[in-house]
Amino acid sequence: MLLIRCPYCEAERPEVEFTYAGEAHIARPTNPSVLSDDEWRDFLFIRSNPRGRHFERWRHMHGCGRFFNAVRDTVTDKFAMTYRAGAPRPSDEEIALAATSAATRAKDARP
Amino acid sequence: MLLANHPLLGKTIPGDTASRLNIRAADDTARFSLRIDPAAVQSAGTAFGAPLPTRIGGMVEAGGRTALQLGPDEWMLMAPVAEGDGIVDAFSALGETHSLVDVGHREVGILVEGEAASLALRSAIAFDIDAMPVGTGCRTIFDKAQIVLIREDKTRFRIEVWRSFADHVWGLLQAVSREIALGI
Repeated sequence: MLLIRCPYCEAERPEVEFTYAGEAHIARPTNPSVLSDDEWRDFLFIRSNPRGRHFERWRHMHGCGRFFNAVRDTVTDKFAMTYRAGAPRPSDEEIALAATSAATRAKDARP
Repeated sequence: MLLANHPLLGKTIPGDTASRLNIRAADDTARFSLRIDPAAVQSAGTAFGAPLPTRIGGMVEAGGRTALQLGPDEWMLMAPVAEGDGIVDAFSALGETHSLVDVGHREVGILVEGEAASLALRSAIAFDIDAMPVGTGCRTIFDKAQIVLIREDKTRFRIEVWRSFADHVWGLLQAVSREIALGI
């Protein structure tokens, strides 16, 4: 069982409360009608599917109900950090900082 | 009329001889789901007659009314049944854009009380119940059913569950209270 930190509830919550919602930071084209079929296909279906660090969306479905973004390693399944929807993609330094502070925070985590 | 179909009306799970655990259906209350801009929480509290919490998981009890924040813009309000209509009227006079939905008949309450209460709940809830602060609540999953869990006291919890899932939750609580009674 993974514990995932919801950035809205500001609490570590069990994995069963969450649903996965695909890759993050994929902006919908502002004017879809000018896109070629290939470009539209890329927007709809083509995903990075990396081995390692992945930016993805999750939803705290059975909690506060909010979508948020997470940085997860697809090999170890370890969450480096989570952040609110709409926030920019975090830099490497921010991710490293969040990962170290998560270790200290885990001690006084509230459910 | 709806109460006649209450799945748990008057039911009790007595627990073991040392009465470390007592589970019973809670008395009926009025329940509302409130969605409102967090910036307008003050005026919503005035309409409700009790201040609303401002932190997710936070709960405020005042004058028999309970407000629990479930999401950034979502609150669950509970009050005695007789006061339900008054709350609807008060919110209809509220100037702020909001949504107040009466969900009183959607859910039933279950009180889980006693020394072994957190042990019983741990059988079907995935997070650390002992670490949950008193006077807070949250939406979570009980086995496969979505519930709202409220910690009223160190040894007293309240489960709010949709009535169609109530039998399922009740059955599991019955099984676990039997296990606790037998010391398994």
